[in-house]
Amino acid sequence: MTESKESFLQIADRRFQSRLLAGTGKFASPETMRDALAASGTEIVTVALRRADLSGNRDPFANILEFIDPQKYLLLPNTSGAMDADEAVRLARLAVAAGLPKWVKLEIHPDPRYLLPDPIETLKAAEVLVKEGFTVLPYINADPVLAKRLQEVGTATVMPLGSPIGSNQGIATRDQIRIIIEQAQVPVVVDAGIGAPSHAAEAMELGADAVLINTAMAVCEDPVKMARAFCKAVEAGREAFEIGVGVVSRTARATSPLTAFLEAS
Amino acid sequence: MTSSAAVVERALATSHSDTLAQFAALISPSAEAYLESICQTSKSITQQRFGKVIRLFAPLYLSNECINNCSYCGFSRDNPILRVTLSAEDIRSEARELTRQGFRNILLVAGEHPKFVSSGYLEASLRQLRTFVPGLSLEVGPMEANEYRSMVRAGAEGLVVYQETYDREMYVKMHTAGPKKHFDWRLETPERAYEAGFRRLGIGALFGLSDWRTEALALAAHTQYLLKHCWKAQLTLSFPRLRPCAGSFTPLTHLSDKHLVQLVSAFRICFPDVGLVLSTREPAPLRNGLIPLGITLMSAGSHTEPGGYTGAGKEKLHQTEKGRVVPISEGSSEWADGQASATGQFDIADERSPEEMAEQIRNLGYEPVWKDWDAGILA
Repeated sequence: MTESKESFLQIADRRFQSRLLAGTGKFASPETMRDALAASGTEIVTVALRRADLSGNRDPFANILEFIDPQKYLLLPNTSGAMDADEAVRLARLAVAAGLPKWVKLEIHPDPRYLLPDPIETLKAAEVLVKEGFTVLPYINADPVLAKRLQEVGTATVMPLGSPIGSNQGIATRDQIRIIIEQAQVPVVVDAGIGAPSHAAEAMELGADAVLINTAMAVCEDPVKMARAFCKAVEAGREAFEIGVGVVSRTARATSPLTAFLEAS
Repeated sequence: MTSSAAVVERALATSHSDTLAQFAALISPSAEAYLESICQTSKSITQQRFGKVIRLFAPLYLSNECINNCSYCGFSRDNPILRVTLSAEDIRSEARELTRQGFRNILLVAGEHPKFVSSGYLEASLRQLRTFVPGLSLEVGPMEANEYRSMVRAGAEGLVVYQETYDREMYVKMHTAGPKKHFDWRLETPERAYEAGFRRLGIGALFGLSDWRTEALALAAHTQYLLKHCWKAQLTLSFPRLRPCAGSFTPLTHLSDKHLVQLVSAFRICFPDVGLVLSTREPAPLRNGLIPLGITLMSAGSHTEPGGYTGAGKEKLHQTEKGRVVPISEGSSEWADGQASATGQFDIADERSPEEMAEQIRNLGYEPVWKDWDAGILA
């Protein structure tokens, strides 16, 4: 693989320099959110539609979108709050009607506690939305078969979770994510559970095309600094992946191998 | 270390297999010595799960007519108070005023009175409000599941019903007349609401009737039950302490501020994803202090009398005594100068305006969130 091919992230027909996608929930203020987004270097920002004003009246009490510059970021509406396929499809259509991009981060989590995605409803909604011309980025459990099924439907990415949303538990689904990456024909974005820059680097080293970060940036003492830390970790992880991370071995590997004499003869 | 201290320390450890035992340990007298660490744990869990945000809502009282007699409630049938049921137009004015103040999440509240507050009346109220209020919930007399289905279709997203007390004997003593007498009918209400499609369920206990620890433990058990059986619902819990109201009921037990803090934190640690509600019943300094400790949903600038935000419905005011309309006591100077309003359910303690409350929330490093639901999802 040439460097030029690997140096950007391509989702559908768009190219991005940054491999960090950012969420916008949980910040202490919209100003902090705006500054953290800038520091993270992100180019794709996802927003929960239920928190935004979809009426077109520029509601001052639901003005989160005004803190996200559409010239600078691709605004990625998400369907958080939807409990089934019908609701998610409706939300995605509402977003387009409100003038937002025809891209959607498809999230359907009926269980409000662990926010784990419903695979059946997600697949159903993806079918409808792809047919309607949406660029669909589905949030899924780290299920390789589901990931393949969604790619067959025509989603632009798959977004397997590292661990439950907001849990900061890191890449607990490592082995499944490895299979998803190995089999993927579209970018794999590891979403949810990334609680520290080291987790983000780990996902990138595994070969994920990008990661999505929210809670770990929003809920900390200094979101701007943390955003910068994540930016570096994602870049470092990607670079390491492109070079090829050293193989983990249970035994020592001598730098002067015992069989060197065979070469000499 | 004493054995009870060891139990509390174990309860503070993050993963715990027996939630109710953990909860009991955290509200126990032995845990009081650990209050600071309990609060620290509660704060960090809340921030991680909910972020640095506080959702805001306002109650809109539609009617204070009631056929129940509940010893602690100002709306009790036998109380000789000024009553009114708001018309569709009154309701619209009140809701418009609340949206002007910023609220996008309104809780419709009414006494239980099938004649004045029928399901048709509630349905019509929801239908007209859904056109300009993104989030609507109900706190009204319990209904059958099929009636609830109509409410959900009309735009209600949340249902709030407090058991008041989980102590059956006390429940019987407190509820002397009306359909509310039936403990089990009320207890099973959240499940009927869930079956009908409500997405948010609010439960709670009224503190001041029975021993607070026993009450809290029962509320925790109810929470755990609902989390299993109504797995798709977002649950919220409330811990209202009895406030002065018409009828001059004196609380039978006392829940101190310190114990309230312990209670809120214990709920947060044991039920990390459940919303915890704090109303304007509580005074401003305590509300400020509780914001970082686990609270996720607050009301502000509330009125507990129908028409309280705009004066709507005044021309229909009438006095009732033991359920019958009686001539209004003319002696009242309030009445004479046209200043009378319907009687509130209870006195509020935090009288800050929504704007002041939002500013305070920001000063504490949190974002006030007015809108977090869009009725368009269901339309």
